[in-house]
Amino acid sequence: MVEPVKRDEEAEAAARRRRRSVALGLALAAFVIIVYVLTIVKMGPAVLDRPL
Amino acid sequence: MAYVHHSNEISHRAHEARVEDYLALLKPRVMSLVVFTALVGLLLAPGGINPFVGAVAILCIAIGAGASGALNMWYDADIDAVMSRTANRPIPAGRMERDHALAFGLVLSVFSVALLGLATNWLAAGLLAFTIFFYAVIYTMWLKRSTPQNIVIGGAAGAFPPMVGWAAVTGTISIESVVLFLIIFLWTPPHFWALALYKQSDYGAANIPMLPNVAGEPATKLQILVYSVLLVASTLIPSWIGFMGPIYTAAAVGTGAGFLWFAWALFRTTETVAMKKAGRVLFTYSLSYLAVIFLALITDHVANMLGWL
Repeated sequence: MVEPVKRDEEAEAAARRRRRSVALGLALAAFVIIVYVLTIVKMGPAVLDRPL
Repeated sequence: MAYVHHSNEISHRAHEARVEDYLALLKPRVMSLVVFTALVGLLLAPGGINPFVGAVAILCIAIGAGASGALNMWYDADIDAVMSRTANRPIPAGRMERDHALAFGLVLSVFSVALLGLATNWLAAGLLAFTIFFYAVIYTMWLKRSTPQNIVIGGAAGAFPPMVGWAAVTGTISIESVVLFLIIFLWTPPHFWALALYKQSDYGAANIPMLPNVAGEPATKLQILVYSVLLVASTLIPSWIGFMGPIYTAAAVGTGAGFLWFAWALFRTTETVAMKKAGRVLFTYSLSYLAVIFLALITDHVANMLGWL
């Protein structure tokens, strides 16, 4: 009886890890989008207007 | 140091926390109040702000407040475990390891402050950083366990958000934003002492020096009354300095009279059951009171802008 219980626990742990990874991925994507839009909003076309 | 004791027996379950456990570390209910008051500060500030930048500023303030909540739960896991109100938080319940909460809180603190600085200005970012420091270090690590005046000073942390919102727009600290700070600052003691009066045993079990446990009930009721008078007086300052008009003044006077009435009713109680009941009434009233005051600030401001006044 020990084996199936352990496998259940492992499956549950893996599912939690996966949901955490998805949440972290979404948070990072949101961060990237925010910084991108912020750059456009704050600098507009002037973002390209610099010495290269 | 109860957590040291527990750490071994819970560790086999603790490292697979759910996403919801991380969200719980951010204290969502406290965060909603922070978002609301910060938004009011941001909207009242003269000059205006790009809507997207404003939304990012509010998000940063909310995340910063959440981060300080996570740091608080990291540090306070031992006392959270013995209070019924907090025993089911992720760390004391054994769903998360303490170090993970610390890392989560620190990372969010850095990101929220840096992004606010880049999006708006560094005064606002500095104020947010100071707020997080004040709540996590001055209040949680130092005052909460050492003095019955803990929440008077600690209340400052909760009072900063409208000032941060204001600074995000103007880049300054001015009399109006200081008044918004003052209102929440003076609101905190009667609010939490009313709670402490009917949750005394909880705080006593955790060895937290809340005023009722240390100074006794009569002294607490008196201090609640004194702070209530100061609070209601402070809510009249916006009208007095010409910052707010008749809509706000009427709301502040009306709800302020109610606040004083409930504080007085609590002060007059002599036996325990009536006192706990009056404490609960004042606590509940104080929550709606703050919401109404801040809603009135916005309503008056909008009415003024539209030329209705």
